[in-house]
Amino acid sequence: MKAYLSVFRLRLANGLQYRSAALAGIATQFFWGFIIIMVFEAFYNQSPVTPPISLSQLITYVWLQQAFLAFIMLWFRDNELFQLITSGNIAYELCRPSGIYGFWYAKLLAQRLASAALRCLPILIVAVFLPQPYRLSVPVDMATAVLFIIALLLGLFILVAISMLIYISTFVTMSAAGSLLMFGVIGEFLAGMVIPIPLMPSWLQSIVNVLPFRLTADFPFRVYSGHIPKWEALEIIPLQLLWLAALVAIGKYAMGKALRRVVVQGG
Amino acid sequence: MKLFGRYLLILFKSQMQYRTSFWLLSFGQFFIPFSVFAGLYFLFERFGQIKGWDFFEVALSFGVIHMAFAISECFVRGFDMFSSLVANGEFDRLLVRPRSTVLQVLGSKFEFTRIGRLLQSSLVLAWAVSQIHVDWTIAKSLTLIFMIVSGVFIFSGIFILTATMCFWTIQGLEIANIFTDGGREMAQYPLNIYQKWVTRFFTYVIPFGCVNYLPLLYILGRTEGNSFLYMLTPLAGCAFIIPCLLLWRFGVRHYRSTGS
Repeated sequence: MKAYLSVFRLRLANGLQYRSAALAGIATQFFWGFIIIMVFEAFYNQSPVTPPISLSQLITYVWLQQAFLAFIMLWFRDNELFQLITSGNIAYELCRPSGIYGFWYAKLLAQRLASAALRCLPILIVAVFLPQPYRLSVPVDMATAVLFIIALLLGLFILVAISMLIYISTFVTMSAAGSLLMFGVIGEFLAGMVIPIPLMPSWLQSIVNVLPFRLTADFPFRVYSGHIPKWEALEIIPLQLLWLAALVAIGKYAMGKALRRVVVQGG
Repeated sequence: MKLFGRYLLILFKSQMQYRTSFWLLSFGQFFIPFSVFAGLYFLFERFGQIKGWDFFEVALSFGVIHMAFAISECFVRGFDMFSSLVANGEFDRLLVRPRSTVLQVLGSKFEFTRIGRLLQSSLVLAWAVSQIHVDWTIAKSLTLIFMIVSGVFIFSGIFILTATMCFWTIQGLEIANIFTDGGREMAQYPLNIYQKWVTRFFTYVIPFGCVNYLPLLYILGRTEGNSFLYMLTPLAGCAFIIPCLLLWRFGVRHYRSTGS
């Protein structure tokens, strides 16, 4: 466990070096957030029916999405890991006296945390003080906030477990870009990154609800805005734990299988 | 021009060496805008319209912008990747050759996998054109083509501008994504759904309004006053590239090699 922690810490320090990149990222995300909000505003403006999620809840959703982008997007490649696999340096990794799954998991987790640590606070702070109607509302009470944080962290663990599966698939396909692209695009759509899940047609919602993707982004954000009431959130959090356990188990199993047949690419 | 063709051929051949990867990437490139378009479709299914624009009108502007973006990303990719040329000093080599720098940077990279994106946007465009309530005349079809061309010019202009900034910053700037990726996301809806300041900025500073809003009004027959002027607005959009090229030349003159 200590080894994983130190990998985690190293990665975190490494990620925190890129401050100017983070600043540029923040500016981009603000612009992005504004554009998305304005589009929804225009849609809501003359809507004949009441939409299933209110505009202020939606705006909160969009800002949280922008602030925690590093937590929720599947499209977050660690070229280092891919190169390890395709260049054959994986052999070194296998020599290390720690489980490779845990090792990589810690690496990926730290990378996302570092990137989010730099970006989320400035975005959240500015968004809270924006003029209405663009303001990010604060959670109604402490219980909601606590639930949100739990849900968000569990979501992050699930997401990293999913992205581990993508890396493992590289052992088989050898072409990182292809599988990552497909996984990323489909997964992000199902996580409500393109349009929020409450706005999807009901047939699609019933598909989305059985998949784990929504638990990573959509669920914590709706807990925050109060769109999912507290008692319901308490019911879904065990489900998150269940998915997490399942995904990690699948990942470990697949990794073991892939490693047994691994062909080290020449060096 | 002949040289450009030569560059094109060589890079095409080299990318075709990795055939599987090429097809996978193209396939992925097909799906990225596809998921965005699916989102758009679902939103319209729920809300019906956006500030008076119906689905096919927005789909038309979506198709135009994405097609323009795909074309310019395919051919002007060299400028997009320009920061690496400056950072490792490769640009010095281009300067000593007896051809224009613009042509050589253009020829340094093409991204043919964008064919997937191009295919997706042409499908959307074709669908929108066949379903929209418009009597297609020659003038209107011409305007549509102008819109795409103008979009290509604007995106290319932005790519060139970002590349020009590298002369001073050496690094690539992520902030430029606001105008390329952000511009694309934004311009897939008709511009007037946004707040006034956004509309103004993207009409007078970066003329996306000349690509997807003013000419669209003409195609839909919603213009007031001289419709001929609306038809020509895309050409004004093309003019955006002129100051970009001038700045580029200014930048080249100020170029200091990084050595190494």
